Amino acid sequence: MLNRQTPGATHTSDEPFVTIDNLQVTFHGGRQVVRAVNGVDLVLKTGEVTGLLGESGSGKSVTLRALMRILPPARSTITGSIRVGGREVLDMSDRDLADFRGGLASMIFQEPGLSLDPVYKVGDQIVESVVRHMGIDKKAARLRALEALEWVHIPSPETRLDAYPHEMSGGMLQRVMIALALSCSPKLLLADEPTTALDATVQIQVLLLLREMQRKFGMTTIFVTHDVGVAAEISDRVAVMYAGQVVEQGPVGEVLGDPKHPYTQGLLRSTIHGSMRGKRIDAIAGSPPDLANLPKGCAFSPRCKYAEPACTAGAPPNVAISADHDVRCVRFEAP
Amino acid sequence: MINPSIEAHGVPFLETTDLRKHFVSGGGLLSGKPRVVQAVSNISFHVDQGTTLGVVGESGCGKSTTARLLMGLIERDSGAVRIEGKDIGGPQGLDIKEARRQMQMVFQDSFASLNPRMTIETSIMFGPRVHKVSKSEARRRAHSLLDRVGLQPERFAARYPHELSGGQRQRVNIARALALEPRMLLLDEAVSALDKSVEAQVLNLLLDLKDEFGLTYLFISHDLNVVQYISDRVMVMYLGKVMEIGPVEDIYNTPSHPYTQALLKAMPSMDPTQRTESAPITGDPPSPINPPSGCRFHTRCPHAEDVCQLLEPQLTVTRPEHFVGCHMADIDSGHSKAGNG
Repeated sequence: MLNRQTPGATHTSDEPFVTIDNLQVTFHGGRQVVRAVNGVDLVLKTGEVTGLLGESGSGKSVTLRALMRILPPARSTITGSIRVGGREVLDMSDRDLADFRGGLASMIFQEPGLSLDPVYKVGDQIVESVVRHMGIDKKAARLRALEALEWVHIPSPETRLDAYPHEMSGGMLQRVMIALALSCSPKLLLADEPTTALDATVQIQVLLLLREMQRKFGMTTIFVTHDVGVAAEISDRVAVMYAGQVVEQGPVGEVLGDPKHPYTQGLLRSTIHGSMRGKRIDAIAGSPPDLANLPKGCAFSPRCKYAEPACTAGAPPNVAISADHDVRCVRFEAP
Repeated sequence: MINPSIEAHGVPFLETTDLRKHFVSGGGLLSGKPRVVQAVSNISFHVDQGTTLGVVGESGCGKSTTARLLMGLIERDSGAVRIEGKDIGGPQGLDIKEARRQMQMVFQDSFASLNPRMTIETSIMFGPRVHKVSKSEARRRAHSLLDRVGLQPERFAARYPHELSGGQRQRVNIARALALEPRMLLLDEAVSALDKSVEAQVLNLLLDLKDEFGLTYLFISHDLNVVQYISDRVMVMYLGKVMEIGPVEDIYNTPSHPYTQALLKAMPSMDPTQRTESAPITGDPPSPINPPSGCRFHTRCPHAEDVCQLLEPQLTVTRPEHFVGCHMADIDSGHSKAGNG
């Protein structure tokens, strides 16, 4: 497989904090081998928010889980390279990983109700993590937990420390999750659709909170979402995924305002908004490919209206169409 | 309560008056005081023939319960449902079986709504067979509908639900709903679980089918963009009550109810240069168990005054066909901002 130089790395003075190079993830639990991630290259600058945008099965969550090494080791194979803060995540021992997860990098999930332990008070769950990663005693850790609940604007945080997850609403639980994730001052925050399960009026509150936390602590963030609007609200850069590859990436305004890859264009045309009323939606035909049986060449070619013989001849190159904007499509040439 | 069914339009296709459903749980020997979930509290609305009524609201607002009440999947406590003026279940009205022939439903979970042991052909034929359609006619209908929803019958008829993708399964559910030749579809988050590219295809299909068969839709969704796209009129619900109902342009361009305004402002901006800077309202929607007194929105409303806590607002006409359940819309309510908006 063609492995171009990682985009973005050459033209920025900022040190990249995360460099993902030709990441491949396969699952081999059943009879077939499922190729969930097929050569993802991503560079994240320190303090930048990257929105990983894609539909189900595009590999966005698997990429995030590979970064955290929380995929089932017996049934998955990860190859390539993931460097975080200069360290290779794929070479980490179990002990290194235990320090890494929740310490240097932490993750928030879609369902806060499933990610918190129902039989422990939320305060104790934060304390446990703080004691483990920051090496301070329980008393100091409890103060830290209280502080973390204050960051995320939980009303009467002192009483809430002793609440159980079932005593809190969905939006409140997501705030607790964010407090837990930030309690040990991670440098990298991985967010896997953290607002998808929330009601509309609550979703915007959590998005604004995450933006505030990002400004306050400056952590590098990957935010996985299927929602173009959410990506527009939170991201500095957007990487669009399809069938396990990043097909387009660049500054949020460029990618969403002037998309180049036919899939990104189709996705944006399919995203309903008010001004489309009365018009027929110019939808992408067909459905995403079977990851156990990927089409030859460009995985999007069977659905692409610009498909030509070159698309199925080989893997499309990753083309830098400007200093900071890459497209994986044969129709583009580097300027 | 004013019934927002306006007589000027003649008899609407579907009409409800004072529809109510409160679920009671607990209250046994050991579980103490019973808890009453006020899922739907005296709501009235109508849907005209050939139009789409969009229903929006957050979790617990009663939008799904409303659809289930209309279909008779759960029994209503009180209130009436009429199809073309005929009461469902009333004397001289329609029996529930006939009502369900005229009104069919499509659910969010495309997998759970199909029997995993039936081929999709059998699933689509099931309804017509119950309604005494001959086997050959039911099969012919199933094949023609599969073809119509974009699934070639020769490839798909003999398949089982697990062999299809989510988008294909939802097409099967739509075909099945149409198998009884209904006049109305209740679509309960029918496209919400689909990926955007597939959702767009299914929305196109729904619009085509509506024209082709002259269907009437009740379209329930939490996605305000999709509701705006597909609806003629929109009903906004909150904790079992109707907050506002009116023509789609009015609701989206000049929302009157503070809750509708908040919902619309909470929509993520598609433009990264115009991001949302502050949340329109704080907190989560309260539980429909023991909902707030008076106006159910008063605990989160930026304009709440004493009257909002004490008295329940009635739906008031503000513009033609536009009804708002807010004290500020009612000049005589005693709210200091009444009549200004």
